[in-house]
Amino acid sequence: MKEPTNVPRPFWPPLVAGVALGVTVLFTFLLTGNGLGASGAFARTAAWLGGESAKTNAYLGAFWQNGHPLNNWIDWVVVGVFLGALLSAVNSGRFRWKLEGAAAIGTGQRIATAFLGGVLAGFGSRIAAGCTSGLGLSGGATLAVSAFVFLALFFVTGIVVSRMMPKGE
Amino acid sequence: MPFYDYSLASGLLCGILFGYILESAGFGSACKLTAQFRFSDWSVLKVMFTAIVVAAVGLYALSSAGVIAYRDLYVPPAHLGGAAIGGVLIGAGFAVGGYCPGTAASALGSGRWDGLIFMIGMVVGVALFAAGYDTFGAWVNLGTIQTERLPELLGISEPVLLALFALLAAAIFWFGSRVERQQGGALTAEALDAR
Repeated sequence: MKEPTNVPRPFWPPLVAGVALGVTVLFTFLLTGNGLGASGAFARTAAWLGGESAKTNAYLGAFWQNGHPLNNWIDWVVVGVFLGALLSAVNSGRFRWKLEGAAAIGTGQRIATAFLGGVLAGFGSRIAAGCTSGLGLSGGATLAVSAFVFLALFFVTGIVVSRMMPKGE
Repeated sequence: MPFYDYSLASGLLCGILFGYILESAGFGSACKLTAQFRFSDWSVLKVMFTAIVVAAVGLYALSSAGVIAYRDLYVPPAHLGGAAIGGVLIGAGFAVGGYCPGTAASALGSGRWDGLIFMIGMVVGVALFAAGYDTFGAWVNLGTIQTERLPELLGISEPVLLALFALLAAAIFWFGSRVERQQGGALTAEALDAR
């Protein structure tokens, strides 16, 4: 049995979350001149972890041009996303320390799918020069053509590939 | 405007708002996120489209009022081939791993450590791209066209296009909610606990 304090509060209705997210994207554009993003932080993390070999790499070397790769706005955004989600989850009683999806497909397989999905997303984000938030959401807000090309292929591929995945994942 | 404020405080503030909203929408959960691809939960499309319409209308209103100009904002260049390949890979990664870059950080914040594994995978994915940059680097600029924004490409005025997007968003809400009801409703926080 769960304690009463552990009962999670419901998620926000999609309309409320969507309006809040749209206003946040708008606010971010006014503050910085660009929208929200995330994937750049992981490119910078790779540049940092790669150390000396990253500095001489044709792609990652650029992230070392202006000081430490992690000393950048996009890195603070991703740290903020973690903190904001933590705040929201704890505040709403929704924080759960778990490996989500493991109950359906097993721990080993869930670790493998999470890792493989990350590899695909990390690699893909460098080819698109952005991700769902940086290109799809923020680019979409500027009515960029590439954002809608990205979103269309993102959804179609997601639908096709999820049909091949084990159920409950 | 804009202020071009790239300080630590600016990044943290934008990120905290972003993460707070993502988690509140249920986007710290791989189960809820991927349910969109099986059409049993339409929250991803609903939230995403609402946010795009709200932000796009806001940017248009501010640019019409002369507060900002699109040329002062970052509009992603129209590398349509790169965007398409990236869309395929990130869509596949989302279906396989349950997240995208932003939602993975939100997942870790809500205690889902598969979000952390996804993030480690992303760093490895970037490293693979960097290692094969001689080959993959050219994919970034594939299919580039000069017209960056939809209104110019389609020859539709901006207010008309925004109205069409708002109608599309409304249609997604109406149709999505209908399908959700047929499939037993969108995933709730309590239902996720039972998994």
